[in-house]
Amino acid sequence: MTGGATDTVARPLLELTGITKRYGDLLANDDVSLRVAPGEVVAMLGENGAGKSTLMKVVYGLVRPDAGTVAVDGRPLDISSPKDAMGAGIGMVTQEFSLVETMTVTDNVALSGTGLGRVDRAETRRRVVEAMERVGVSLDPDRLVGSLSIGERQRVEIVKALFHDCRVVILDEPTAVLTPQDVRALFETVRRLRAAGLGILVVSHKLREVAEISDRVVVLRRGRLVGDRVTATVRDEELAALMMGGSTDEVAAATATPAGEPSELEAAVGMGDPEPVQPAGAGPTTGEPVLLLTGLTVSRGGRDVLSGIDLTVRAGEIVGLAGVSGNGQTELVEVLSGTLPVTSGTLEVDGQDVTSADVGRRLAAGLGRLTEDRRGSVVPQMSVEYNLVLEDLPAYTKRGLLDRKAVRAHAEAMIERFDIRARPADAVATLSGGNMQKVLLARALARRPRVLVVAQPTRGLDIGAYRYVHQQLDELRTEGAGVLLVSEDLDELRALSDRVVVLFRGEVVGEMPVAEASPDRLGVLMAGGGSS
Amino acid sequence: MSINLLALIGAMLTIATPLVWAGIGELITERSGVLNLSIEGTMYLGAFIGFLAAARSGSPWVGLLAAVVSGVVAGALMAFFVVTLGLNQHVSGLGLTLLLIAICEFTFRLLYAGDRPTLDDKFTVLFRGTEVLAQHWLTYVGFLVLAPVTWWVLRSTGLGMRLHAVGESFEAADVAGISVTATRYVALMVGSALMAIGGAFLTLAVLGSFTLDIVSGRGWVCIALVIFARWRVWPAVLGALIFAGMDALQLQLAITSAFDAVPGELMLALPYLAVIAALAIGGRTVRYPGSYLKAYRRA
Repeated sequence: MTGGATDTVARPLLELTGITKRYGDLLANDDVSLRVAPGEVVAMLGENGAGKSTLMKVVYGLVRPDAGTVAVDGRPLDISSPKDAMGAGIGMVTQEFSLVETMTVTDNVALSGTGLGRVDRAETRRRVVEAMERVGVSLDPDRLVGSLSIGERQRVEIVKALFHDCRVVILDEPTAVLTPQDVRALFETVRRLRAAGLGILVVSHKLREVAEISDRVVVLRRGRLVGDRVTATVRDEELAALMMGGSTDEVAAATATPAGEPSELEAAVGMGDPEPVQPAGAGPTTGEPVLLLTGLTVSRGGRDVLSGIDLTVRAGEIVGLAGVSGNGQTELVEVLSGTLPVTSGTLEVDGQDVTSADVGRRLAAGLGRLTEDRRGSVVPQMSVEYNLVLEDLPAYTKRGLLDRKAVRAHAEAMIERFDIRARPADAVATLSGGNMQKVLLARALARRPRVLVVAQPTRGLDIGAYRYVHQQLDELRTEGAGVLLVSEDLDELRALSDRVVVLFRGEVVGEMPVAEASPDRLGVLMAGGGSS
Repeated sequence: MSINLLALIGAMLTIATPLVWAGIGELITERSGVLNLSIEGTMYLGAFIGFLAAARSGSPWVGLLAAVVSGVVAGALMAFFVVTLGLNQHVSGLGLTLLLIAICEFTFRLLYAGDRPTLDDKFTVLFRGTEVLAQHWLTYVGFLVLAPVTWWVLRSTGLGMRLHAVGESFEAADVAGISVTATRYVALMVGSALMAIGGAFLTLAVLGSFTLDIVSGRGWVCIALVIFARWRVWPAVLGALIFAGMDALQLQLAITSAFDAVPGELMLALPYLAVIAALAIGGRTVRYPGSYLKAYRRA
């Protein structure tokens, strides 16, 4: 593991003391104390729901703690708004960016602290460019933020913190939405911030990232700080154990690779050598095709977003779809789901032509899907139990009336089987990302689909949920269904797929058994190096 | 057939004036993400209060001042509903319009019981005797001061940036330390004051009197203009001119013998048909401000 030396004697830049926050009977933060020194990168690890977000909101003035203090440079602060936090030198880069898409990079960076009068844009622009140069970010200051990629937007947020002379930068799940290239650029920026003497707190649930970027790791579990370790000397197993609450031995046993079988946790957290990921499947299968695309072409706005896609998913295999975001994956999932019409070509599910079928008929033909937009796939204010039966209402209807008992029984069974941490009557909106994904997974799998189309199934999920989703997909394959796995996480694709198909500019530019799908080879194809 | 072009242009500028004042007022409130459907009522209030104060004091200036104050109050009331209480913007705006018009009508009937009162002193026309330039000072200020100043404020000042940020993404504005509540209150109060001036123009400058159908849908036209203009000042002014041009044209055609065969009602509908056509053509691809119609509550 890498990581610089930690100067624990240095006066802390940021010091949290005894932060406690209670929501009803849930203790979100329980007496959390934490210090970040100048030039130090501290990682805060914890599963979803461990209390990381609440703690960050406290530091940023969005949530009032019931007890405890936040101090910068030894001065206790009264932070009641993000403006106070920024004024005190705390910059926050959240998962949901606080940017105005219709404004330029310059205006966004300078927005906070702008007075009411005339704005000297030339001067502001010069200072923004200067701030960008300090952290090695190159962006056009005149571009509208709405035209930037996710990674670029994140850089704008970092520049914003620096522009306002922040001395502590908090990055909340910074890699959750980034491509591998963007992650590398981000880490480079973080190193430069560290070299400039800033204190950095990275909130994450990905062990591999933590290992790569931090000097020190603190672990949060159920609102309590359960560990504080120097990154260079801590073992991953120990961190995983702290996060998940098992003993070290237990986790070590769970992650030890049994002969011939790959460990999914290993793939998930990058504990072992990340390179030789073995295919989990049994190699090429000869099952009958459950999903068959022939010459599938989709035009949107006069442009082919998908052109001439030929793709087969057979029973009992997982086909991974790789590609840099924006090369047609989203459209492919939409067209399979039935929310985007086919322009030409055909689409068959389990031998039935569903090219022009509506969503209901596709589901009936045996298609299941889990799109990347989790929140858009549920009715947030509706309860877990009703969301679970939403795609299958006729089966829960008696003489035109909803059979509440059956709905409840189904929900209880699903909650049990999929380990959903919620009660049947809870609104889905109140669930964590991981639990929401479990609800969607339960809904899709309860119908026993012949083929499941999943997109970014583990994005933003913690290790526990990550491993769980992978297990479910693996089981589905074992049971003889086909899976089309769309993911930007190459480790995930290589860990689960039997075959990998690469999409570039709406075309299939490569297809290979997973054994041949090295990251280098995929990278070249994803960048368009395989097309003529 | 004889259409006097200069007279047409002169009439167009006069007719466009209340639309420019109220339209820019609406544009400002909508930039903050609030659809202010109380515009029709606020214009009516400005027209009535302006008239009342001018009638009682004998000075149109006092009338105008009173109209501005009434507009600010109406804007604050709308802000209380949709910002402080977070109520639905459509319902609050329509409700306020109905309330304001009803109060004004009621008071008017109470005070003037069927009379048709006129002001002793109303605003006079500048450059009298010319066909195009013979306009009220409110017309000159509207086109030559209000529009360019608003354009500049929206584009080049911190105030404009705040309005933009709040209207597009109030979460981002909040994180940047911009008070969503204060910004929206100010936008609604200033915007409503401009709407009230637009209404007062009708009583204090054009008519020198008050009638119950004084505003007759001009507020709704402004709502359409702002969408047609996509929340930009100059296209809104242009839209107001086009609408007013159609209106001036139908007024002229109505007294032109060659058009006797065309029903007057059809002529009257002409400018409104133009609004519908403009929205149908240009309004379909409109991208609304990000926090349009939404009340802000910290998560």
